[in-house]
Amino acid sequence: MSLFQLLNGLTFAALLFVVASGFTLIFGLLRIVNLAHGALYLFGGYIGFTIATKLGSFTLGILGAMAAVAVMGFALNEGLLRFVRGFELRQVLLSLGVAFVLNDMSLVIWGGDSFTVPIPEELMGGFRVFGTFYPKYRLFVLLMGILIFIGLWVLINKTRLGALIRAGVDDAEMVEAAGINIQRVFLMTFLLGSALAGMGGVMGGAFLSLYPSADSEILVFSLAIVIIGGRGSLIGVGVGSLMVGLLNTMGQVMFPELAYFVIFGPMAAILAFRPMGLFGKAV
Amino acid sequence: MLEVKDLHSFYGAAHVLHGASLQVAPGEVVALLGRNGMGKTTLIRSIMGLTPPTVKQGDVIWKGETITRMKPHDIANKKIAIVPQGRRLFSSLTVTEHLTMFKSARATEGWTIDRIFSTFTRLCERRHHRGSQLSGGERGMLAVARALMQDPELILMDEPSEGLAPVMVQHLEGVIAELGRTGLGILLVEQNLYSALAVSSRVYIMETGKVVHSATSEELAKDEGAVQRWLGVHG
Repeated sequence: MSLFQLLNGLTFAALLFVVASGFTLIFGLLRIVNLAHGALYLFGGYIGFTIATKLGSFTLGILGAMAAVAVMGFALNEGLLRFVRGFELRQVLLSLGVAFVLNDMSLVIWGGDSFTVPIPEELMGGFRVFGTFYPKYRLFVLLMGILIFIGLWVLINKTRLGALIRAGVDDAEMVEAAGINIQRVFLMTFLLGSALAGMGGVMGGAFLSLYPSADSEILVFSLAIVIIGGRGSLIGVGVGSLMVGLLNTMGQVMFPELAYFVIFGPMAAILAFRPMGLFGKAV
Repeated sequence: MLEVKDLHSFYGAAHVLHGASLQVAPGEVVALLGRNGMGKTTLIRSIMGLTPPTVKQGDVIWKGETITRMKPHDIANKKIAIVPQGRRLFSSLTVTEHLTMFKSARATEGWTIDRIFSTFTRLCERRHHRGSQLSGGERGMLAVARALMQDPELILMDEPSEGLAPVMVQHLEGVIAELGRTGLGILLVEQNLYSALAVSSRVYIMETGKVVHSATSEELAKDEGAVQRWLGVHG
């Protein structure tokens, strides 16, 4: 594996981390099986693409996509998912239905063509990394992945909101009985998770491009990452993203015909020996 | 201050509270006694608005306001706190996080983290430990401390001495008695008659979902018949 391929794996892992960290907040911590997460990623990507194209600002594209997808997350959580709280099978069916609706809406609004989110001039071109010329934008994605990891770690482990989220996951009724509106805390967490999907959509849309089935691909990767890393574990998502990102790149280069097996084979093995994932805890 | 009137609560179709009534005056320590399965915990959960059970009839009145069927966080914000059965600490939070999650560590009014640590010195020593790493006694102390950080005017304590070593029970009795002297109202569910009599001024006894007997602690201590009849204890 060359340095170029290693960096490809790492930068893909960083993008996967952004999306999967949002997924683990919702699926892992809140125990909501939101299979519309991939659709939120793609919808966010399209919204970011439209804003970045019309206004000529990549930053506004990211912020706009995050805000719009958070609003969609609010509607999804308050309008639908709250009625099936605690019923995982119903959540699966409901969120899958929402994913289909969102995908069809994307087709109506943006058509079936493939789009690439325009990136700012400063991120165009490349750097020389240990003698290998590598695109600046993908290094930016890697940096963002690292910054979001640090930000989420601080949020969950060092802030009052993070303590409330962890306490709520342990025992929501006791947090409620101590005077905290836990549903509001969970809603904020859901919105944050959704906004991360939107952000991932714009970041990924600039180098993987946006097309009608991109949502299911990213959803399957996110599921694999959370299952490998363990539900609700941020470190687990980090390690899972690295594994999936690197294995995916390595598989495509070395065993192209077995590319998916290279990811899902180890996932199956981990599930067989550690059903809770590498860093997951029994609930 | 707290008045429970003719409360009927259900777990699904099971009718558990059959018109329970009691009162706790401001700053009073009242014990709620009764054998297992008589509805004590159900009554505490009903007062706190926790579901299940479902309250279908009757009222919980707090400082003149009906709080029946309010959300638990709204009831807690009216300065009623709970020390639940089994402590129910948060396994992923440290001792300090248990105390600061509801109130800033820099708060200077009411119960502060410094005041908690000077009252429960053992918790201060263990402040970086997680809830799941504490001993039974420390868990009991932390559950009480967590409730105090909400600056309550009334605490509902559901068997705080359950599973504790005798020396820890004694320590806890001392803390409860001391809290009572500070003007805090306490409704204390206890299996241990002697523990309850040691700290409370009045007692209620529950039998099959109803309060069937009310007396001062002194009266009950002398009333061997009532103790035997309702609690099955030889005094």
